[in-house]
Amino acid sequence: MRLANILVLLFLFCSNEVLGQKVEVIKFPELQEIINNKDASVKVINFWATWCKPCIEELPYFEDVHATYGEQGIEVVLVSMDFVEDLDTKVKLFVEKKQLQSTLYFLDETDYNKIIDKIDTSWSGAIPATLIVDNRKNKKDFYERQFKKGELSQIIKTLIN
Amino acid sequence: MRRIHLFVTAILLVTVNTGATFEDKGYSVGDYAIDFKLKNVDGKMVSMSDYRNAKGIVVIFTCNTCPYSKIYEDRIIAINNKYAGQGFPVIAINPNDPARQPGDSFDLMQQRAKDKGFTFPYLVDETQKVTKTYGATRTPHVFLLKKENNKYRVAYIGAIDNNHKSAADASEKYLENAIEALKAGKKVSNDFTKAIGCTIKWKEA
Repeated sequence: MRLANILVLLFLFCSNEVLGQKVEVIKFPELQEIINNKDASVKVINFWATWCKPCIEELPYFEDVHATYGEQGIEVVLVSMDFVEDLDTKVKLFVEKKQLQSTLYFLDETDYNKIIDKIDTSWSGAIPATLIVDNRKNKKDFYERQFKKGELSQIIKTLIN
Repeated sequence: MRRIHLFVTAILLVTVNTGATFEDKGYSVGDYAIDFKLKNVDGKMVSMSDYRNAKGIVVIFTCNTCPYSKIYEDRIIAINNKYAGQGFPVIAINPNDPARQPGDSFDLMQQRAKDKGFTFPYLVDETQKVTKTYGATRTPHVFLLKKENNKYRVAYIGAIDNNHKSAADASEKYLENAIEALKAGKKVSNDFTKAIGCTIKWKEA
């Protein structure tokens, strides 16, 4: 019995590692809560989609920041902007295949004209886009572009030092 | 010496000013838009000045590859079919560098226009200069221009409507409302909107 329990736990642990994180479906008010609650000293919130090539290219940089700085109070949040009909097929499959370990959400909205400015007024709506919330300095920075290799970790290094 | 100094300052100011409006910000509603001469999928060059009887032009930066562009293709065709005859034709411009996005090559643009039966020009902005001057940042990105004394003035910038999933469920048809306002000689009430779209694939510097 005890061995069975251990095996189950071991299986759950392993499967989580193998499958990547769960993708939670949210609406805009929940996203606002995620942006505004101060449960991490720095939040790196990236807007991406499986169909967005530059987004896919830069995802490893976000995963690296999660792996390197996750323990130091820096939370990486990946918000998928995919079409809702692609959630179970493309998005979840992609997450499994890439074994993404950052916190994952799927934003299920339609009227983005009402939303984009509330995330950041400088955002035109193109993805990739990244919002970095520094709760220690009460500062927000928005980047409507793809990061180059090394650029994101440099930004984070500068923030925490 | 002082004179030279003033002269240099003046030149610097002019450079800074034109630089800012030309490269960085793009157009705002009310600005006059430049005409262009770009290659269409049929190989011919197209300019706004070719449309002598137009009351305005619906310039849409769009592409082959972006899912948001694809989802709006039928709506763009419908808008051209509805409004070209009323003096507001659509001109589509593909801003993407095919070296970075091979799906947006000229051949594939021709193919897409044929497959979808585009009823409007689908132009390639090879140097990306028109895209930069207008200030398009995503696909699709609409610039509705109103003709005034043979010049084109920006009347609306933004999205086609407020529901990418379904045209029928869109409660606000921003672009159509803007065209209707121009037709009626009124000011466009909602003249700037935003939408999710694909980033423009700029040439590597």
